[in-house]
Amino acid sequence: MNRFKGTGSYILSDSLKEIVNAAIVLGRPLLIKGEPGTGKTELAQVIAEDLGLRLIRWNIKSTTKANEGLYVYDTVQRLNDSRFHDKDVSDIRQYIRFGGLGEALRSEEQVVLLIDEIDKADLEFPNDLLYELDQMRFDVVETGDHFRARHRPIVMITSNSEKELPDAFLRRCLFHYIEFPDPEMMERIARVHYPDLERKLVAQVVARFYQVRERRDLKKRPSTSELLDWIQAIVAGGIGERELTRRLPFLGVLLKTEEDLASVTR
Amino acid sequence: MFINLFRALRRHGIPVTFNEWMLLQEALGANLADSSLTRFYHLARAILVKTEGHFDRFDQAFLECFGHIESSDELIARIVERLAQLPPLELTEEEKRLVEELDLEEVRGRFLDRLRNQDDEEHVGGNQAIGVRGRSPFGAWGYNPAGVRIGQDVGRHRRAVQIAEKRSFRNYRDDVALDTRTIKTVLGYMRQVVREGPKESLDVEGTVRATCRNAGELEFVWERARRKRIKLMLLMDAGGTMTPHAELVSRLFSAARDLVKNLKFYYFHNCVYQELYTDIAQMTPVATRKVLEQTPRDTRVILVGDAYMAPSELLHPNGAIDFWYRNDRPGIEWLRDIRKRFRKVLWLNPEPREWWSSVPTTRLIESLFPMHELTLEGMRRGTRALMKQ
Repeated sequence: MNRFKGTGSYILSDSLKEIVNAAIVLGRPLLIKGEPGTGKTELAQVIAEDLGLRLIRWNIKSTTKANEGLYVYDTVQRLNDSRFHDKDVSDIRQYIRFGGLGEALRSEEQVVLLIDEIDKADLEFPNDLLYELDQMRFDVVETGDHFRARHRPIVMITSNSEKELPDAFLRRCLFHYIEFPDPEMMERIARVHYPDLERKLVAQVVARFYQVRERRDLKKRPSTSELLDWIQAIVAGGIGERELTRRLPFLGVLLKTEEDLASVTR
Repeated sequence: MFINLFRALRRHGIPVTFNEWMLLQEALGANLADSSLTRFYHLARAILVKTEGHFDRFDQAFLECFGHIESSDELIARIVERLAQLPPLELTEEEKRLVEELDLEEVRGRFLDRLRNQDDEEHVGGNQAIGVRGRSPFGAWGYNPAGVRIGQDVGRHRRAVQIAEKRSFRNYRDDVALDTRTIKTVLGYMRQVVREGPKESLDVEGTVRATCRNAGELEFVWERARRKRIKLMLLMDAGGTMTPHAELVSRLFSAARDLVKNLKFYYFHNCVYQELYTDIAQMTPVATRKVLEQTPRDTRVILVGDAYMAPSELLHPNGAIDFWYRNDRPGIEWLRDIRKRFRKVLWLNPEPREWWSSVPTTRLIESLFPMHELTLEGMRRGTRALMKQ
């Protein structure tokens, strides 16, 4: 069995690595939560790359229905085609459009399926996926076709916890919460993205970043992606570590609301 | 295996089910923990705990079960560490060779052998040569049949028991964590989706049906789009005893404002009388009567307050805490009016539940309104009830 080892550009903890492997071995979906910007979505990408598998993304929106993940029967297209008699509309199969989950279960090889931001959908949505995720098969009722996964897809699910997920669904998943990186880890992340930067400067930027972030009165705390943008701005602005100790330049890159800006600069 | 952990988790209120427990056994059977307590910690947590709000309870339960032992991987790590710290002079030539020639397993094996051959009472002796001068409160290393026990000093590696001891998820506990975002998550339960507004989205099913009825001639059917809608009114106590909770209430307020378009909010001072305030600093009054009349009956009402006041403030005319304030009707009657006007009400109390029964006014108000704690768990229960009522 292939084991997930993690790649150089994505820094992750050993515990997460072990849990990913456990999810693969046990054949269970892995639910990933964590603050925005902790790399939940990228994880699936990294797993796919590392194991050399195809990644199928299914992005969830507030209007997404569970069935759409399997397939959609495009009746409107068929209806439209039938009016002009230029296509053979008797073959329903050409109007079946498979969704992410359907593609994953249909695939000949093992794939990584990412169900991104599952909490965006309706409260009952995850429960509607239970059968397919358990049994790894589905039917297309319109054509009578039956699909069954040859290889259990590796299923990664992310949630921003905007809604709570139903218990029945949670019971079937493994769960991991990606903690916000500590300064040490954050420095490693920053150095992966800006390998040429002076170590001392990176350390200083990260330290200042955490000073801002730890403030209790912030409405929206800056995350990793904001830090990386900030570093870019600081480099572009030619600001040295000395200057950083005295002031916080380009704060607008870190803080996105006026209230936060006001409370930090005050 | 480890059934005491299962029991401890249940005791700490983590809803572990039998199926999940069996999955953990399967994982152990597949050697996923690899005889390492640290890996077992992460594996068990991933399988048994499904919300970061329960991680802290998991840590506590884990400590109860495993806090007293240190596992083999810790032992190895520690020996390596000690060997590295050891001043070279204290090593005999033989020991040096040992370190160089043996792999870790063997070192460990010999090390344990030596310990076993020692007097159990006297924890000092030959083991020093291997570099085990534990600085633990108990002075030395010992061997006991239940496992290897090493002192309590902290190493540099993240080890299961220490991770649990750190309890780094304490702030995520669902009876503690209350930032705006988590409050939003809980209030999100109140989001209600209804169809309203102009008919502007295509009803595919309806179109197909209508077109079939039309013998194949395309006929579009439109429907109203789904919109989020909930009517919510927040009544917040801004009285003196609420001052310690002011920040919490303001977080609740900003979460609600982001979430609910149709939000009305008013303040009151300790208790509701004939006037509510739109702005607490300016004391801009509106007549309570008017608010009640103009707010639709199906509005959900959340009152936030500690319900802690002198009985006279609640029960007597002119009982308001503000000396100059005259109220002909006692507060309790105004509260009854609110209760009568709106079917769906909820009272959130920032004081812990245990105190409620000792405060007469809280008891009275609790008999009038469904009351919940102003914690994540309390809000979760409260909003669920609010949506069901």
